[in-house]
Amino acid sequence: MRRERVPIVVVALAAIGAAFFILPLLALVVRSPWGDAVKALTAPETIEALKLSLIASLSATAVGLVLGVPLAWVFARVAFPGRSLLRALTTLPMVLPPVVGGIALLLAFGRRGLVGSWLDSTFGITLPFTTAGVVMAETFVAMPFLIITVEAGLRSMDRRYEEAARTLGAKRWTVFTRVTLPLIGPSLFAGAVLCWARALGEFGATITFAGNFPGVTQTMPLAVYLLLETNQEASYILSLVLLLISLLFLIALRHRWLGSA
Amino acid sequence: MRSRVSLFIVAAAILAACGNSASTAATSPAPSPTPLSGAISVFAAASLTASFNALGTSFEAANRGVTVKFNYAGTPTLVTQIEQGAPADVFASADTTNMDKLTADGFTAGASLVFAHNQLEIVVAPGNPKGITGLADLAKSGLIYITEAPTVPAGKYALQALKTAGVTVTPKSLESSVTAVVSKIELGEADAGIVYTTDVTAAGNKVTGVQIPAAHNVVATYPIVVVKGTTNSAVAYAFISYVVSTTGQSALAAFGFLPAT
Amino acid sequence: MSLEATVQLTLGALALDMEVGIEEGEVVALLGPNGAGKTTLLRAIAGLVPLESGHVRLDGRVLEDTASGEYIPTERRPIGVVFQDYLLFPHLSVLDNVAFGLRSRGTRPREAYDRAAQWLDRVGLRSYAKAKPGALSGGQRQRVALARALAPDPRLLLLDEPLAALDATTRAEVRRDLKHHLASFPGLRLVVTHDPLEAAALADRLVVMEHGRLVQTGTPAEVTEHPRSQYVADLVGVNLMRGQADQGSVRLANGPMVAAAGAESGDVFAVVHPRAVALYRQRPEGSPRNVWPGRITGIDLMGGRVRVRIGGELPVVAEVTQAALRELGLEEGGEVWLSFKATEVGVYPA
Repeated sequence: MRRERVPIVVVALAAIGAAFFILPLLALVVRSPWGDAVKALTAPETIEALKLSLIASLSATAVGLVLGVPLAWVFARVAFPGRSLLRALTTLPMVLPPVVGGIALLLAFGRRGLVGSWLDSTFGITLPFTTAGVVMAETFVAMPFLIITVEAGLRSMDRRYEEAARTLGAKRWTVFTRVTLPLIGPSLFAGAVLCWARALGEFGATITFAGNFPGVTQTMPLAVYLLLETNQEASYILSLVLLLISLLFLIALRHRWLGSA
Repeated sequence: MRSRVSLFIVAAAILAACGNSASTAATSPAPSPTPLSGAISVFAAASLTASFNALGTSFEAANRGVTVKFNYAGTPTLVTQIEQGAPADVFASADTTNMDKLTADGFTAGASLVFAHNQLEIVVAPGNPKGITGLADLAKSGLIYITEAPTVPAGKYALQALKTAGVTVTPKSLESSVTAVVSKIELGEADAGIVYTTDVTAAGNKVTGVQIPAAHNVVATYPIVVVKGTTNSAVAYAFISYVVSTTGQSALAAFGFLPAT
Repeated sequence: MSLEATVQLTLGALALDMEVGIEEGEVVALLGPNGAGKTTLLRAIAGLVPLESGHVRLDGRVLEDTASGEYIPTERRPIGVVFQDYLLFPHLSVLDNVAFGLRSRGTRPREAYDRAAQWLDRVGLRSYAKAKPGALSGGQRQRVALARALAPDPRLLLLDEPLAALDATTRAEVRRDLKHHLASFPGLRLVVTHDPLEAAALADRLVVMEHGRLVQTGTPAEVTEHPRSQYVADLVGVNLMRGQADQGSVRLANGPMVAAAGAESGDVFAVVHPRAVALYRQRPEGSPRNVWPGRITGIDLMGGRVRVRIGGELPVVAEVTQAALRELGLEEGGEVWLSFKATEVGVYPA
């Protein structure tokens, strides 16, 4: 069987594209001072930043699931006036520069914000400079990824399975949990991982809205940014850690995609 | 080092008094009789934003054909950028530590000049609603106090001042520059911060300043230097001369800076 | 114990207006061409499609009534549905699928799985309990779908084209099994199909639908002997005509007068079996009063017989032997004369 030859132009451009991605990552691996790796990784600030990053990003993903799945469901299944506008608004953070997102969050939830001022005066709750603020910033930028992935999954699933379940006596909640959710499982998983990865890497909105303090709001990306000014080698190592974590989850995701294809 | 610096200042002052747009600081190459032209990039500490913008405008006015572009950020950020290859012609630092680092790493051309001094001041919301009277009040419970990261000169100085005054307070956030701190005070997200007196002046009636007594205060020293590898050394040196000239010095004084000597 | 449904609704281009009833003990088949609305009617009875007007009553209990506004949602109707594509849940095992209906209605897991396992026994698939539907053959999946629908002991069993997804060989065998299971099911049974063979094999009574409306109803024998629509006539393979009877002849709507032995009066259908149509190259002499010229529009060979489609004043299908075909030199587009005896024309009221 003859294999079709790929046009040379395509190969050349693809190679350049690949190099564009591989070279920076390779440079990071090559230039990192592996000798100091252990010291950098076990430094208390690093551990703190890593812990905070993991807790915040996982929390943001949890919030994303709780709020995003119903939203995706409404977008996929319920026709109402203004639906396209609302959908566009909830995907806006995907294209919005993160700092702008941070500013918008401040204007809404900051101490003088639309909602924030009420929270402050009524309950004494301030969200900036808190870990909750970090989770909010991360959720704001990351949830849209989950929403569009889950919505796509809901739209493409065969809804007749839901009808079949109903004819077997399943009430709406049972249909949702025993039929719909498992059938959109791959989309749900992919959406959650995308959301988590985006949350983990979030910087602009976090530093603008939540500020920067070790253990409270200094997530890994912020720590790396500041380390770049004081201890460059350490910042390389931490960058590598973030890179490896992201890579691990991308691999897990690809396996899922390929597995169900 | 210091005597050499003084020598340069004297030489430059004499020369500046003799004429205008001279490109002749003692460290410059052969004096050029032709008018200056071209563009330079000045990387300056964030606290110099307002003052250097003004200096830039008047320098351009005095030298048609010259363009000055500014890049303001926390001093350590600028050092990192320069060392990573950012195209800077002039570097103005908010402390000598960062200047020494840049010099030791071999990124400076010639010796640096001190062109200004600054002092710290507490910045609060207009009208001082929380009634801050001094450093000790920063530790008041319920007060949101923010400062610069310790790698930023102002942050380092703030810690020094607090230590001298015997005040222990944990900031809610470590910002990357003085301007970031001022912004958050202006936005109302934080109640108090420590910045330079010049920052308080520059912010006008959007903030109120609370003085720090000389006994606790720290004097910041601002050196300026031509960056090695500058593409327009004539204009670069000319700008520095301008900054240390009588005109430049009085302009800086108008913004609240203390004189070079 | 019965189902009584009057359904009026519009879905896209389909305007459905049907009444259907099922009595205890009879298997009813909804028969009709694609697009007739049979599946829509089944879905309306199941509650998956809302009625615009009408009602559905099962064992005297109202499931839906547009007049009073009552509506019992699908999940609360005591029904079991076998879908055309089976729709077995791909992420659940065969046993979980069969037990789904029981577990959804609150049966404790232990009991649900026991009863599901029993049903798998009855359809001969116990060994596949842990398998996923994807691993089964078409015929096996059909049996699982049936077991899943029957396991919760529904009052009404609805089957939508239950054999359509199977290939010809499997279909015959599965049809036998299905007939057996239908026979042993105590509740009401409704089968939707476009296959007359299937309908005749499974059902006690046929309900023939076309364009959303009822065409005729009766036992398979009644329907095939007295077709009342071109669709059924085509299925059965007879020539169907309609007109006004008048003492020995029938005047058809489009003009021709057909001599028919049993014609008396009134609006009637007249059927002539293709085998009774004789073909000639020239106008025949002699007694047959039903003689018309025509042009051959098509010739189909079916086994040893030949079906000749003839257009003209009286379009018919004639069936001749291969020998006759050769002798007469019949070919498409050729002219031919056809005739049939008046005694060969079956007449019955429209």
